[in-house]
Amino acid sequence: MRNVSVENTGLSVLIFWIAAGWAGFCLLPWYGIEDGFFSFAWLLDGYPLDEDYAPAAFLIAQSEKMWLAPLIAPLLAPLFVLRRRKSDPVYSATLILAGGLGFAWLIAQGFGIGIRGFSYEWLNAVFGELGDRQFGMGYGALLVATAFLFLFTQGIAARGAINGDVFVVSAIGGVIIIVATFVFFPIVRMLVAAFVTDGGHYSITVFVSKFFDDRLWGLGCFWGARCGAAWNSLFLAVLVGIITTGLGLVFALVVTRSGFRFKRGLRALTVLPIITPPFVIGLALILLFGLSGSVTVFVSELFGIQPTRWLYGLPGILIAQTLAFTPIAFLVLIGVVEGVSPSMEEAAQTLRANRWQTFKTVSLPLMRPGLANAFLLGFIESMADFGNPLVLGGNFDVLSTEIFFAIVGAQYDQSRAAVLAMVLLFFTLTAFYFQRVWLGKKNYTTVTGKGDAGVHPLMPRRLSFPVFAVAGIWGAFTIIVYGMIVYGSFVELWGVRNTLTFKHYITAFSVGWTEHGLHWSGAAWDSFFTTIQIAAAAAPLTAAVGLITAYLLTRQTFAGKNAFEFGTMLSFAIPGTVIGVSYILAFNVPPIEITGTGIILVVSFIFRNMPVGVRAGIASMSQLDKSLDESSLTLGANSWQTFRKVILPLLRPAILAALVFSFVRAMTAISAVIFLVSAEYDMATSYIIGRVENNDYGLAIAYSTTLIFVMLSVVALLQFIVGRTQIGRRTQFATRT
Amino acid sequence: MKSIKFAFGISLFAFAAATGSAHADKMTLYCSAQEDWCQLMARSFEEATGIDVNMTRKSSGETFAQIRAESANPKGDVWWGGTGDPHLQAAEEGLTQEYVSPMRDQLHDWAISQAESAGNRTIGIYSGALGYGYNTDLASANNLPEPSCWKDLLKPEYKGHVQMANPNSSGTAYTTLASMVQIFGEDEGFEFMKGLHANINQYTKSGSAPIKAAGRGENTIGIVFMHDAVKQAVSGFPIKVVAPCEGTGYEIGSMSIIDGARNLDEAKKFYDWALSPEAQNLALEVNAFQVPSNKNSETSPSAPDMSQIKLIDYDFAKYGSSDERKRLLQKWDEEVSTLPQ
Repeated sequence: MRNVSVENTGLSVLIFWIAAGWAGFCLLPWYGIEDGFFSFAWLLDGYPLDEDYAPAAFLIAQSEKMWLAPLIAPLLAPLFVLRRRKSDPVYSATLILAGGLGFAWLIAQGFGIGIRGFSYEWLNAVFGELGDRQFGMGYGALLVATAFLFLFTQGIAARGAINGDVFVVSAIGGVIIIVATFVFFPIVRMLVAAFVTDGGHYSITVFVSKFFDDRLWGLGCFWGARCGAAWNSLFLAVLVGIITTGLGLVFALVVTRSGFRFKRGLRALTVLPIITPPFVIGLALILLFGLSGSVTVFVSELFGIQPTRWLYGLPGILIAQTLAFTPIAFLVLIGVVEGVSPSMEEAAQTLRANRWQTFKTVSLPLMRPGLANAFLLGFIESMADFGNPLVLGGNFDVLSTEIFFAIVGAQYDQSRAAVLAMVLLFFTLTAFYFQRVWLGKKNYTTVTGKGDAGVHPLMPRRLSFPVFAVAGIWGAFTIIVYGMIVYGSFVELWGVRNTLTFKHYITAFSVGWTEHGLHWSGAAWDSFFTTIQIAAAAAPLTAAVGLITAYLLTRQTFAGKNAFEFGTMLSFAIPGTVIGVSYILAFNVPPIEITGTGIILVVSFIFRNMPVGVRAGIASMSQLDKSLDESSLTLGANSWQTFRKVILPLLRPAILAALVFSFVRAMTAISAVIFLVSAEYDMATSYIIGRVENNDYGLAIAYSTTLIFVMLSVVALLQFIVGRTQIGRRTQFATRT
Repeated sequence: MKSIKFAFGISLFAFAAATGSAHADKMTLYCSAQEDWCQLMARSFEEATGIDVNMTRKSSGETFAQIRAESANPKGDVWWGGTGDPHLQAAEEGLTQEYVSPMRDQLHDWAISQAESAGNRTIGIYSGALGYGYNTDLASANNLPEPSCWKDLLKPEYKGHVQMANPNSSGTAYTTLASMVQIFGEDEGFEFMKGLHANINQYTKSGSAPIKAAGRGENTIGIVFMHDAVKQAVSGFPIKVVAPCEGTGYEIGSMSIIDGARNLDEAKKFYDWALSPEAQNLALEVNAFQVPSNKNSETSPSAPDMSQIKLIDYDFAKYGSSDERKRLLQKWDEEVSTLPQ
């Protein structure tokens, strides 16, 4: 590709998408296949003529589903411009019209005609009863829609948008469409529900009465009663954001700017909580500090204090969330702290600043984007966290659990859940806004094309003592918690019969031989394999979408960029419970019918975790000087080549962070998953919850311990595949090109 | 960059594998009983009939939410287990369908009356009475008197020692609320709930969580169904089960066929099988101490003896209806849950 001229590349891309459109229309089954596309049973079962499996072209040829016929025109149109030059206005106009109209018609027919004929009354009124119906779209429709989208973006690019850069325009178009489909569409469906009364009508008063509910905004905790969930959530999230950012910075400093010997061990220790399934930290805390916990009993016997339930409520959630989210802050900050150029610090020291002054006035301000991002992530994670408040919350209600109760509770109050979700969204977006204001428009670029040689200075002594103290205490605490977890998985019945046993592992993961060969007889295998598959599918996709979005946000300017950024961050600000229910509402009915499949799990993970990829990418990319891209572009590379050959290799830390985070989150997430798992696709976390609910802590902890080790090895494998950071500081000998 | 392509390839492969699969005779079971019981039911039915069972276990509230959300395009076939109220509510909303099983004449009267009150859209499979259990170790460590009645729980010495589920999220706790209203009358029933509120240390999400916490020593008294308390005692936790002296309400664990089930024939087969003594005797293997609905099924010696417990005449039709439920829950939310503790 590298030697092909830009003009020819453009043509081959165009031909590819035209061909893809026709293949989707004539070859692939148009509608979703109930037994799954990849079983390929449909190939032998009446394809291509059977109505359930037929491609659109065969349907039309049999005079079925005639509303698909108009799609032929926009598929034909681009063929006529193949011989025209790109600069020809007819070229761009044809592609824009064909792509746009084709896509619009596809959407319109999908929403207009559902499983009961026309979906809207007015369509019945205008056209009469349809007498036919259609199910969810399948791979044929998906491919045609994709083809239309990219024909459209090529048309836009040909008109000269973004310097006629097809890759950038297509990437923007692609991200917009998938975010609109899998973030905005379900959320709009959900928020509309905020105004719906019991009778199914729309009403503002319902919204107002639910919004100003005392359970939400009450300030009773100042006089003995309870505060509203909104205040609780806000208070908790601010605390967690500050503490996790501080701890994350501490660890990043220890790892990069100290002579600390056990850096690798510390690094592993900080990664542990992130690969821990939800509930497990909570369970371990209960076993340690609960009313009958080991530490509680020990302390109460030692000092004769009456044991209390102090853990249940704000303190417990705070401890658990701090343990769980500090690693996220660490992962964000390590890239930033490593990325701060030593030249700047050297310059400061040359100017006779001491180490403390250098740190305070140079290093720390340069870490601002990282600090702001870490705080924002901690804040949002805490707001959306569901597992810890559920186990440790006691009577400390927070928004995310309230939303869950509003939806699964006996009241089944969707509109209340939607109102609560709006409040949550308001908080997270406000935090997002303040982060932007604080960062301002300053420049944080320190990795430039210019050579810099140097090693990061050590931390100032004034800083290193408290930093080591905090890191040490935290490390010891983490070791104790995890020691308890491992120990707990071998104990027969915690607190009652403390004999050691392999019973729980055998129940979960036994393997037997039968006449058919290997038999996975353990209770946990089904959910385990599903979880690995889903996580392996979701992680690279998440990283890809996240980094491309980050690239667009930091490197390109285009109209509506702020809205674009807002849109891509939105899914992170929405708690998983809401995502779960909104996905069920939006994707249980045609045109996109994916509930009960593995796809919906993969999709929910991609869009739940994409913002982390975006933030990690932005944080790293804002440190890469634009002159790097510019020189690549000046030397004749197009933007895709620049992205691949220049930016991507420099982004290895961000790629690794995104891959690790999304894989791990896919294996440990719970809040959205609990709504989306189905009989065939049960996930490890929902299985573990079942065990926890059943007081079967042994099995739950044994399963979680296994998952921790699986994730550890996967993280190590990913680190090996993606490779180590190569920013080219003196610690490494040479940079690879 | 080869490695990234490689990783991407693996991901696509995993994606393909995750989205494809095919089965012949199959059905989807939504199960709201305990996990091991659900597993056992699914596996035993597979063995008995050769029909593949896809089973998902969720609490009855979650299952009800899911069935309602999926109503335009149902994915499940049978909903088995869980307290009867959400089943009745689902029947009332037309989310489940009518079916009269040939097994019906073998059932206890309470199971049949459950079906009749829902227009044959659901049926009783087991029943259990409400009560509470307490951790004897903690009770003696804190010098607490032994409770034996509902009203005992209002005593100030129990402050911070009682746990029950939140009636908004748990069928068990709603049964408690409705039982108190029926035992003491609405006004006095709510006075009781307010008094109890002062002693409650936490409203849990799941109905049986209070007694599990009590078993582990994280709580002293848990208001739950007695069979849940018995189960903890049998597992070896220091739990004593109490059948309150004023009398008590009970639940009828139910089963329904989801309206629009994709595998209706298999669903009916499961339904008939689940009402047979063979299927109901499976409960004993997993320490489920509810009373089975088939007259010929065995009951456990550890199960609470329903004939010895003072059962009230629980009005399932009234207290299972959406309107009454919403009214009581709203009243509880406004008058009880907001009080200082």
